[in-house]
Amino acid sequence: MIRAQVIVRPRASIFDPQGDAVGRAIQHLGVSNLKQAHVGKFIELELDGDDVEAVRGKLETICQDLLSNPVIEDYTLTINGHEDLKGLAASAAKLAKKSAPKAKKAKA
Amino acid sequence: MRWAVIQFPGSNCDQDVFHVLKNVLAQEVNYVWHKDSSLNGAEAVVVPGGFSYGDYLRCGAIARFSPIMAAVKTAAAEGKTVLGICNGFQILCEAGLLPGVLVRNTSLHFRCETVPVRVEHPASRFTTDYLTGQILRLPIAHGEGHYVADEATLDSLFLHKQVLFTYSDLQGRNTPGANPNGSQRHIAGITNRAGNVLGLMPHPERASEKILGSTDGLGLFTSILASIGTPVAQAA
Repeated sequence: MIRAQVIVRPRASIFDPQGDAVGRAIQHLGVSNLKQAHVGKFIELELDGDDVEAVRGKLETICQDLLSNPVIEDYTLTINGHEDLKGLAASAAKLAKKSAPKAKKAKA
Repeated sequence: MRWAVIQFPGSNCDQDVFHVLKNVLAQEVNYVWHKDSSLNGAEAVVVPGGFSYGDYLRCGAIARFSPIMAAVKTAAAEGKTVLGICNGFQILCEAGLLPGVLVRNTSLHFRCETVPVRVEHPASRFTTDYLTGQILRLPIAHGEGHYVADEATLDSLFLHKQVLFTYSDLQGRNTPGANPNGSQRHIAGITNRAGNVLGLMPHPERASEKILGSTDGLGLFTSILASIGTPVAQAA
């Protein structure tokens, strides 16, 4: 499975009223040296398959056209391709094998 | 004249626009569902206000990809009249039919009130029934009406007389206090360069009958009719 993570941030040149309000609240809570807060979005996508490069171009397009608006926002796209179920099952089996003698002993 | 009013899931001003067009202005008007692909020969299209797709992601960001938007883009390219009100304005910006974008009001408050709006110039198909500098009393109801574009775009909008409406005080001054959402240069409504696509945050359809306290919005619809040469036979 491929897991893609997108972070969308308001552009520095655009006033971010949410970040401003959150920043003020943080200052009120005693963090007097807070310079700025920015409020954006975190979007996580899960895709079948494991060919990261095959989906990268399409996901970049999705980020530009749908998930962010380039007039006011920047985005970063991170794609992790090594979370396939096969890998997880294999390491689970390895762990099980390792702990099996212990379990057998405890049972006895 | 034949009109189409687009309905998205979450549209909530569609019936108001429909009512004004049909019952006040005696127009032929049809609803068009967002999953349809044809405007059924409409000469003018209204993208109404509301909260299409729950305003998820960004206002208008998902509606922009509805099947009907391809037909709206074609209509715009053919020079037909396209009017986006409130959420409709946001959708037209996201769809790239108008420049810029609408973001959260600077105050973070949802503003629901009647505000003075100044007509910037009457030489457009949307404003022929108004005068330059005329102050309209129009209702606004939005949380994301803060118009944002880069400086070059803003300069270009004014240079090419694309800014039709600005927020002002009752004397017609663009004072800081007379800007309900923080819009850059007090922008309340703009057209595309060709002048056939208008987006505005105020609701002219909510100010088109005396019983509602203001008929200042009606001129926008009658201007469109006049520009196309349709005689305005008011039903009421």
